[in-house]
Amino acid sequence: MEIKNEMQVEFMALSQNEAFARVVVGAFATQLNPTLDELSDIKTAVSEAVTNAIVHGYENNGGQVIVSAKLYENKIEIEIKDKGKGIENVAAAREPFFTTIPGEERSGMGFTVMESFMDDVYIESALKEGTIVRLTKTIDHKAKGE
Amino acid sequence: MLIKCKSKGSAVLVQLMGELDHHSAKEVKDQLELYLRDSNVKDLILDFEQLRFMDSSGIGVLIGRYNTLKKRNGQMAVVNVNKQVDKIMTISGLYRIIKKIS
Ligand SMILES: Nc1ncnc2c1ncn2[C@@H]1O[C@H](COP(=O)(O)OP(=O)(O)O)[C@@H](O)[C@H]1O
Ligand SMILES: [Mg+2]
Repeated sequence: MEIKNEMQVEFMALSQNEAFARVVVGAFATQLNPTLDELSDIKTAVSEAVTNAIVHGYENNGGQVIVSAKLYENKIEIEIKDKGKGIENVAAAREPFFTTIPGEERSGMGFTVMESFMDDVYIESALKEGTIVRLTKTIDHKAKGE
Repeated sequence: MLIKCKSKGSAVLVQLMGELDHHSAKEVKDQLELYLRDSNVKDLILDFEQLRFMDSSGIGVLIGRYNTLKKRNGQMAVVNVNKQVDKIMTISGLYRIIKKIS
């Protein structure tokens, strides 16, 4: 499939950049003419993945988060990458309510939210090397008869 | 996040204005706990009319306050929930413990 547009941003793993990241990806995604609901879905999923890079990947100790996105004719593909500690068990991490930070601070619902708001969530992770989360969503207005 | 509170009898009505994510979660939690410090407060109603965004970081903030109130036999409710926030509340099962008033 032909790539129509592509962008990449890199920023420090600071919590104030969670809003920055979802706004940047949201603004880029508008080129596909998504509905407001689709745009909210994308922003929410990006927020989850970026928060995970900051709190789990780098354990709030800083580092760089790289967010990139590719636009196709009727699809957006977003990658959130950190070079942090990595995920020990990816299958377990995807389970609803699974969290390695118990207590009320984390709910363990991040991946569940990403999965229900996007069409596909692909996770690649290696211990001490880092994590890549790839989020895909089809924005196909022709198929919806618009 | 801008937070405003009105109190009436044993209930407090709190307006959250802004975005509830990991960045703002601690501030929201601390402020809500402050409003609930008086043990005569039994019910918490959160007005989400101007809550533009919430992700899963908000779930713990809500469950934590629910637990505080449950110990006093109090209740929690939300009003004016937008579609994005509603989706998070639904997926996480929060409506099983927090009432949605329309
Ligand atoms: N980027 C990451 N680096 C390391 N661990 C991660 C990363 N993202 C997720 N995890 C692991 O997966 C678990 C589940 O993530 P999630 O569903 O978002 O729940 P939560 O963030 O509330 O813990 C986390 O508790 C953490 O152990
Ligand atoms: Mg998470």
